[in-house]
Amino acid sequence: MALDINSVFDTHAKSLTLGSQRIGLLAANIANADTPNYKARDIDFKAAMQSAGSRPVQMQATRPGHISVGGSGSAPVLYRIPDQPAEDGNTVDAQQESAAVAEAALRYQASLSFLNMRIRGLQLAITGSR
Amino acid sequence: MSLLNIFDVTGSAMAAQTVRMNTTASNLANAETTASSAAEAYRARNPVFETVFRSAFDESNAGVRVTDIVANQAEPQRVYKPGDAMADADGYVYLSNVNVVDELVNMISASRSYQSSVEVLNTSKELLMRTLSLGQ
Repeated sequence: MALDINSVFDTHAKSLTLGSQRIGLLAANIANADTPNYKARDIDFKAAMQSAGSRPVQMQATRPGHISVGGSGSAPVLYRIPDQPAEDGNTVDAQQESAAVAEAALRYQASLSFLNMRIRGLQLAITGSR
Repeated sequence: MSLLNIFDVTGSAMAAQTVRMNTTASNLANAETTASSAAEAYRARNPVFETVFRSAFDESNAGVRVTDIVANQAEPQRVYKPGDAMADADGYVYLSNVNVVDELVNMISASRSYQSSVEVLNTSKELLMRTLSLGQ
């Protein structure tokens, strides 16, 4: 049986990339909690994971002058629909963002655990019982 | 790499909140300052925050910066205190226009925002450390 090393890590590696992008956005939201006219942003994690699986058409940098947009595997950034926008035009809800960070961190750690288990399994297969 | 950018973003937020705390401290320290004319009276100062995008191609890299520190334009209170060293010819002194309640509320808000930034910083540091130890 041939082992495709990409398929071993693929899903969780993507989940880590998207997770770090999401935590970055949430950190920016919390950082700008007191900035007038700042609009809270987030990504649709589920849709991004699904589109990562189906591999949509992607732009490639083929010449030195080309600029990579958003980096590989990053999801489109969406604006959050505010429950209660502030008078100064800010739409950050600090509690909502903190909860989202906690959730995203947990998902990230879950993916890391799965990756660790995969690596340990492969190591066991390579080295035998040692 | 977004997780490393978080240090920049939360760092800028903590710096901005520190400026806010500093202005609050100045305002509270000068709350009882008197002056002999309205122009010389101490006026409460407040920072103006603005989002700053450090990279046009990485949308999560949105930090904060303090663009300006503006003085509150409310008229200072004029009080009759002929014995005061700062009293003008008519015996009036001008108090600062600092509203102590406003300043205390501002202080609580700034410290809470600072705390959430530290929380995010710790979380992302933890995640980075765990990513570094992957497979060990």
